[in-house]
Amino acid sequence: MITVESVSKHFGGRPAVDDISFHANDKEILVLLGTSGCGKTTTLKMINRLIEADSGNIFIDGKNIRDQKVETLRMGIGFVMQNSGLFPNYTIKENIATVPKLLKWNKNKTERRTEELLSKLNLSTDILSRFPNELSGGQQQRVGIARALIANSPILLMDEPFGALDNITKADIHSEFKSLEELKNKTIILVTHDVQEAFELGHRICLMDKGKIIQTGTPKEMLYHHKNGFVKEFFASNRLLLEYKITVLKDLFPFLSDFEIDFPEDSTVWNILQKLSSDQQRTDEYEKIVKAFNDYRKLQIA
Amino acid sequence: MTQQSLWQFVSEQHEKLLVQITQHLGLTFLSLLLAIIVGLPLGILIARKRKLSGSVLGVAGILQTIPSIALLGFMIPAFGIGATPAIVALLIYALLPIIRNTYTGITGVNPAVIEAAKAMGMNRKQLLFKVELPLAMPVIIAGIRTAAVINVGVATLASFVAAGGLGEFIFGGISLNNTNMILAGAIPAALLAILLDKLIAVFQKIKYQNLRKFWYIIPVIFVIIGSGYWLTSSSENKLKAGFTPEFMGRQDGDLGLRSVYGLNVNPKVVNDAIMYKAAYEGELDLISGYSTDGRIKAFDLYVLEDDKKIFPPYFAAPIIKTKTLQKFPELEKTLDLLAGKFNDSIMTDLNYKSDYQNLTPEKIAKDFLIKNKLYKNPQNSNGATIRIGSKIFGEQYILTEIYKMLIEGYTHYRVETKTGLGGTKICFDALMNDAIDFYPEYTGTGLLVLLKPDEKTISEVSKSAESTYDYVNSEFQKQYGIQWLQPLGFNNSYALMMRKKQSKQLKIETISDLKHYLNSN
Repeated sequence: MITVESVSKHFGGRPAVDDISFHANDKEILVLLGTSGCGKTTTLKMINRLIEADSGNIFIDGKNIRDQKVETLRMGIGFVMQNSGLFPNYTIKENIATVPKLLKWNKNKTERRTEELLSKLNLSTDILSRFPNELSGGQQQRVGIARALIANSPILLMDEPFGALDNITKADIHSEFKSLEELKNKTIILVTHDVQEAFELGHRICLMDKGKIIQTGTPKEMLYHHKNGFVKEFFASNRLLLEYKITVLKDLFPFLSDFEIDFPEDSTVWNILQKLSSDQQRTDEYEKIVKAFNDYRKLQIA
Repeated sequence: MTQQSLWQFVSEQHEKLLVQITQHLGLTFLSLLLAIIVGLPLGILIARKRKLSGSVLGVAGILQTIPSIALLGFMIPAFGIGATPAIVALLIYALLPIIRNTYTGITGVNPAVIEAAKAMGMNRKQLLFKVELPLAMPVIIAGIRTAAVINVGVATLASFVAAGGLGEFIFGGISLNNTNMILAGAIPAALLAILLDKLIAVFQKIKYQNLRKFWYIIPVIFVIIGSGYWLTSSSENKLKAGFTPEFMGRQDGDLGLRSVYGLNVNPKVVNDAIMYKAAYEGELDLISGYSTDGRIKAFDLYVLEDDKKIFPPYFAAPIIKTKTLQKFPELEKTLDLLAGKFNDSIMTDLNYKSDYQNLTPEKIAKDFLIKNKLYKNPQNSNGATIRIGSKIFGEQYILTEIYKMLIEGYTHYRVETKTGLGGTKICFDALMNDAIDFYPEYTGTGLLVLLKPDEKTISEVSKSAESTYDYVNSEFQKQYGIQWLQPLGFNNSYALMMRKKQSKQLKIETISDLKHYLNSN
């Protein structure tokens, strides 16, 4: 568990992060969402002390991060950054082995773990001897994730990890990311400005603006129980899409009768409708789902 | 023709050439190694503490702008002569490119990469050695390349402070009017620069990982090549001798000392501007010099008696093209006003005023002319311009100034002075190419350096100062269309000198005494 307690940071007299508090539960993906300059990256970097907070405290599992050696703290926290941040002078193998080397792992252990991660991340072992500039953006990002995961640290900080990828690659990595067992027992804080990404990956979302947290909550809460106009306005342009995406089949059960279900119950409405709309034979089912969704929605916003 | 004789020169002198190349490389590599040892950490420091970068780079930049000869001059009081001042001076020139490129290289590393390294948990040392230095290495090596090329060039000046190197041939050749000698020094120097540049370029392309294997070998290579310097320049002698490059190659110089006296003192080659001071400060014990030099008096030196007469006296006189005399009809009689107005002690005294009392040549010239009732206020000059040249030592500056005042006082010609021409060859070439109209020259130099007749002629004509003058004057008119005007009246000859105190202590009065002393035990 990561607890942030009234932390502030000023740059040149201007507040970048202004007295914010939040916490991330164990095994939870918490998304820090906001526009550029809202202070989300600063907040993230204060957790592994790449940026030192001016005031306030941050605790990891109850331990103040200031009480340990900064290198030890960082070795225990995986960090993934936007442009992969791979060392251009190291091969992929050396890049992935950076932290094990600092931790003085033996060669075999490092190699076994590297191979394990590569197969989980759908990377071929051929790339190990290559240099970062010889890889595609998506591959580089996967290597960046492998590097952050290798030491099995329970915490992962991700700074716009998929921000530099094209939409198709991004969608692929998103689905891999969600299905990756490795991540299911980690506490992850992910920074993004991409609203869809936040809703797709986040268990909870912290919406930030001008160095403050405006609202924290589950995706559903963000949409149906917005705290103020800012929150409502923020999601307005994506709203319908987001609603389709956060609603799963299970939610619609009460509104669906005599319906043959051949989708898993945690499929999103969006995915079901995508599939049904591409099949002309199933317009009936499509309409039923839409109707059920509308009924469900009425109750949510009421 | 020239090429063939250059080849002959090289094959005759190949041992000397090899020694000089070894010394040259030694100086370059040792200074480069030291510059890396000093410059790299400084560059890293200012990349860490950027506030310091302005001042450190500023100081290194200022050091870089000090003219190399002046820098060598500053070094003598602190480090004496020989390898130490040369290496220190070279080190100073190599610093700026190394510091600056280290700084630029490290500050140019992508900040995202540095952040990633920190986020992985690297400490400052790991960050420096695993990330910053490897990524900055190509830029740092480019700096070392620049420094190496600069150093090969500047190391030619090491011969000024008796540190050897290819400068011995280059500056010897300039003084002795020997083009082959200049080329034998200059071509290898240029080749060394190109070679070193290409060699280091190879390292620039090697990946850092592979470079790490060489990491420990490189300093070893540097030290080995550097130590070649001491292998070649170790000359043990009871007396430390330093001669000018010109003296080294003249019959009335080192060659005569060897052939007539059988005296080999293992001399180092040193620039005459610093030679006297080095003798005074005990860095050298035996030096060559001019008999009228004011510094003999100033530094309390003793001129050894030339008991076998290898340093014949020579007149000083202006030399000028006959053509030029026709162009400026009033010039000859004006210059001849000075004829016979000097003698050795007057000239020595004038030199003393310049060298020791630090009076300006203008002041000395005016005082001299007033004393001899020759001074006239400058007339309105509206005629053609006469250009007077001089070599780069005090006596010539004074003479030039006297001529200038004389011409301005007695004629309507304009006068322009071109002082400080590097040596006999430069002066004479300037005269031949009409870059100057006349300059004061010495008949001995005319005979031995410019005319270079066979030995029989030399021994015949150099029996007296007058016969030398006559021979030189007629040959110059024949060969170059140049006349020697009336001699000024003082004789200038080469001389060997020591500190007075030491010569008394060792009871050395003549050159033969010196040989006895060196041969005993």
